[in-house]
Amino acid sequence: MTVKSYAEAINEAHQQLLTEDDRVFVIGQGVNSPWCVGTSTLGLIAKFGSERVIDTPISEAVVTGAAVGAAMAGMRPIVFHPRMDFMYLAMDQIINHCAHWYYMFGGKVNVPVTIRGIINRGNEQAAQHSQSPFAMYAHIPGLKVVCPASPYEAKGLLIAAVRDDNPVLYCDDRWLYETKEEVPNEIYEVPLGKGKICREGSDITVVAVSYLAQEAIKAADLLSNEGISIEVIDPRTLKPLDIDIIMKSLEKTGRLVIANPDWPCCSFSEHVVSMILKTNFNILKSPVQYVNFPDSAIPASTPLEKAYFPDYTNIIDAVKKIFS
Amino acid sequence: MNKSSLTLPLEFELNDINNNGLNWMLLTMIRIREFEEQIATLVQQGDIITPCHLYIGQEAVATGVCYALKKDDYLFGTHRSHGHYIAKGGDLKAAMAEIFGRRTGCSKGYGGSMHLVSPEVGILGTSSIVGGSVGIAVGAALAESIRGSERVSVVFHGDGVPEEGIWHEAANFSALKCLPIIFVCENNLYCTHMPLNKRRVKDNIHDIAKEHGLETTVVDGNNVLDVYYAARDAVSRARKGQGPSFIECRTYRWRGHVGSNYDVDLGLRSQDELNTWMKRCPIKNFSNFLVNDGVMSSVELKEVWQEVSTEISEAVSCAKSSPFPDISDLTKYVFKEGGRS
Repeated sequence: MTVKSYAEAINEAHQQLLTEDDRVFVIGQGVNSPWCVGTSTLGLIAKFGSERVIDTPISEAVVTGAAVGAAMAGMRPIVFHPRMDFMYLAMDQIINHCAHWYYMFGGKVNVPVTIRGIINRGNEQAAQHSQSPFAMYAHIPGLKVVCPASPYEAKGLLIAAVRDDNPVLYCDDRWLYETKEEVPNEIYEVPLGKGKICREGSDITVVAVSYLAQEAIKAADLLSNEGISIEVIDPRTLKPLDIDIIMKSLEKTGRLVIANPDWPCCSFSEHVVSMILKTNFNILKSPVQYVNFPDSAIPASTPLEKAYFPDYTNIIDAVKKIFS
Repeated sequence: MNKSSLTLPLEFELNDINNNGLNWMLLTMIRIREFEEQIATLVQQGDIITPCHLYIGQEAVATGVCYALKKDDYLFGTHRSHGHYIAKGGDLKAAMAEIFGRRTGCSKGYGGSMHLVSPEVGILGTSSIVGGSVGIAVGAALAESIRGSERVSVVFHGDGVPEEGIWHEAANFSALKCLPIIFVCENNLYCTHMPLNKRRVKDNIHDIAKEHGLETTVVDGNNVLDVYYAARDAVSRARKGQGPSFIECRTYRWRGHVGSNYDVDLGLRSQDELNTWMKRCPIKNFSNFLVNDGVMSSVELKEVWQEVSTEISEAVSCAKSSPFPDISDLTKYVFKEGGRS
């Protein structure tokens, strides 16, 4: 175990995957560019060569298609998009081809590709450089979606994603790149479809996704000083969803806050609630509180931006609303 | 070739190809024609539900290209890919069963006419999104380029595809990375209902391909030998690591965009135009050449048609008597489960 940042953990996962398996290669726009990928792929070209770590023109559709096609041909590509905003240009390749292929051909050809959608926001980047539309992808049959919230998850989920026989969308968050914790040096997997209890508690369950899992932990620590016991659950994989871990927690708490950095309409948050009610309609003692982005595009100006992106204070407010 | 030099009758020139090759080409084109003709009848009768985009008139393109390929070379196709599948060596019965929506179909009834697959002969699947398979074909070529093999990737696409953005990305990227891919543009002069001159200011798809850095040729797509020679050169370059090629095959689909009609009734094109191209039939002209050249007799030619007709009829009976997919398997293939490869 060594203390590593989230970005270092991603970088190490890439290195170990490229070393472990000849079929793995990395392709995307700006492998060495600090404004594309931070330090998450720094040094990979020098170590593994430009044949296996491929910097590309800004051609999202064909670059994604190339990774998808290579996966059909037996490779294990990681294709990255410097921002999830830019992935929209590759939607046809992701949905019509990557996600539908295995089903459309009766299981004859699988697509073991990892699509890395990097989230980058803040500093007045505005509506087209700040998005994290997880729900849009979780909606699509055939695509798994993972959102690592810590260095440990970042490394283990990437390794599990690449080793999976299916397409996996891996959404890493630039706001977490400097977050540090102890991470195993060896190669390991965080299993897809398994959530994690980040903090145990008994009064309220907070299901928190991506950077809001870190914010929820902060909120839990602060609220414990006020005698409120929060259980923080990071689902880690939005699809397939570990509903059991959430149900077990609710059996204890009966109260729910969902913190999810995405828009509210037809969202992952709403899906979680619908799954809960379908499983056990009487489990909730009070109305659910949501912490998410407003149902608007993302603004530039700092004060607007500050109001737009939720943090631990919004989670604390949501918890207090339940008790008010 | 010059676009305006599409001749009648077609002129065939023998250049390093033996009688077995000539016979295979004729047989393959007849198999495609007969397969499609029987499907047209079945569509008219209401026996087939899945939308069928027939390849009649374009048989020389798939045949000429696939004769230049090895079994494990990749082929990516379109919504109009029955011909590509047959020419690459896909199983006829499995394709027919797929078109009938049966469990024994090549895609087990999940794909239909537009989604044929046969990994054992390099067909990793056909896409019904115009331009959709261009990107994944680049990916298969990239995989082989990284592996350092001599396997090539061929993508068939229509003349509408260069009007899609991904085609330009694919052309540039594969030229940039010197990938072993061959773009075969089947310019049948129509994209769904729209003729070329209503979609483009200039009839210059090949010029644009060339500007992107693809080695480019234009051939008479109704002349199976000319198509083959162009494909042979392109494949040879790709195997040697000399990069991607683009072959524009000038041809014509006899039937309408979808189904068994001719689209003349819809006012989309004229009977005169259709008649002119039917005179340029890729099969009739080629078989006349083979008979005149003494490669086969007219009796043997008749026998080929009869054998193929029987083969296709058997595929139809086989499909009709096959079971439908099991309803309990409705969501079976969303994710691949179990052990990892």
